[in-house]
Amino acid sequence: MISDMIKIKNLSVCYKGKKVNAIENVNINIEKGQICTVVGPSGVGKSTILKVLAGIIKNYEGESTIDGEEVNPTIHSIGFIPQNYGLVEWKTIKQNIYLSAKVKNGTKNIDNEFYKKLLDKLNIGKQEKCYPRNLSGGEKQRVSIARAFLLKPKLLLMDEPFSALDVVTREDARRLFLDVWNEHKVTTILVTHDIKEAIYLGQKIIVMSSSPGEIVKCINNDLFGKSYTLESEVIENMAFEIKEMFKRGI
Amino acid sequence: MVLGQNKKNNFLYAFILSFIIWEVVALIINKPIFPEPIYIIKYITQSFMSEMKLHVLYSLRRILIGIFVTVIIGVPIGIIMGYYDKIDSILSPLVYFNYPVPKTALLPIVMLLFGLGESAKIIMIFLITFFPVVVNIRDKVKSIDDEVYYPMYSLGASKFKIIVQIILPGIYETILTSIRISIGTAISILFFTENFGTEYGMGYLIMDSWMRVNYVQMYSAIVVLSLIGLMFFISIDALERIVCPWKDND
Repeated sequence: MISDMIKIKNLSVCYKGKKVNAIENVNINIEKGQICTVVGPSGVGKSTILKVLAGIIKNYEGESTIDGEEVNPTIHSIGFIPQNYGLVEWKTIKQNIYLSAKVKNGTKNIDNEFYKKLLDKLNIGKQEKCYPRNLSGGEKQRVSIARAFLLKPKLLLMDEPFSALDVVTREDARRLFLDVWNEHKVTTILVTHDIKEAIYLGQKIIVMSSSPGEIVKCINNDLFGKSYTLESEVIENMAFEIKEMFKRGI
Repeated sequence: MVLGQNKKNNFLYAFILSFIIWEVVALIINKPIFPEPIYIIKYITQSFMSEMKLHVLYSLRRILIGIFVTVIIGVPIGIIMGYYDKIDSILSPLVYFNYPVPKTALLPIVMLLFGLGESAKIIMIFLITFFPVVVNIRDKVKSIDDEVYYPMYSLGASKFKIIVQIILPGIYETILTSIRISIGTAISILFFTENFGTEYGMGYLIMDSWMRVNYVQMYSAIVVLSLIGLMFFISIDALERIVCPWKDND
């Protein structure tokens, strides 16, 4: 039996100056090497869960542990891809990717061969010396993936990473992400409001409802990685069911 | 190359245009109080080394030290205020209260406290340039998107590393813009302070020539003072191109 790597127990977060909790009594268990998608309408506190796991929000009630230890970014290696990629405009693509290593352990420990492989795989090798403003949305997205994967993180957190892309680029980016992920199988939590994206990318789907954000259902997803064109009917049915859960939850 | 060919041409055109306008106005006024520009050029080329060089060096030294002190003290304070909201909420009222105080009104106090020597002049330059630098830097740091920090927080990056690796390179452009603005202000206040307790400096030379009714020397000193400003601006533009390469990288 595979043990749960991430355990979130009775997690509640209330932002400063707000009367209502952003999330309340959230319980999530995620196995090692699993992709878990958290889906729900905007404002249900999906990103809040990621921020707790990333160590950005420290003031919360409940428990959140990685491998049995309380979340601590200095001990655990956690990659984070924000919605708008979080690239530093005044650094080249190479500097942006190296930045994670620079702030963690220094650049001496960078696996250069792995770095080159990542760049080739993500097809951004030629843009190494460019600045983010010279790149398209899809390219920026791939840079943020490279940056997150470079340190071979234990846990990868992705906050609506494909939402800023157009439909065609988004589909390519998802496929490419799964390609890279399949090679490393890093435990991943991906937050999205796109139900079909949650079905395509999540081995486990957590459905949330709002005010305050609560978990409505956890689904073990057999449609993970399945092509929409081949399974369109089943995927559409599942998407409809999740949409109904949103409504019931609200 | 410090200046592009286009910029060089623009400077030449501006110089020729100023020369023509000055010549026309001088011919219309036709009085010694407004000499023709040719006499000024002649005076500068013939007497710069013997009569003006020492004054220029004194003024340059005061400007450079004054702005250096402002940058050394103002930039860290601006960064800290921009990054730490609590410190900003404590220091902002102090900055806002002191910023509008007319610094020329403080000259007698500064002279009483620091004497008539160099330090009073440098302190006056510091006082007048410090507040705009602090406010500019603080606002720039605040404008950096939080998403840029998230991937670094999730890796356990220390605040010091974030300041050194992300914030500092991101504000080079603002530091240079602040210096650019400070130079104009510094030259104005320098003219004022060099009229007290010194016999060296461009401010002293201008007022001394005026009192001796030597209008050609007075205008020559004014032109040289403007050229000092121009030289500073060109140098900062060149430095900006070196330290902020992302600005021109299309």
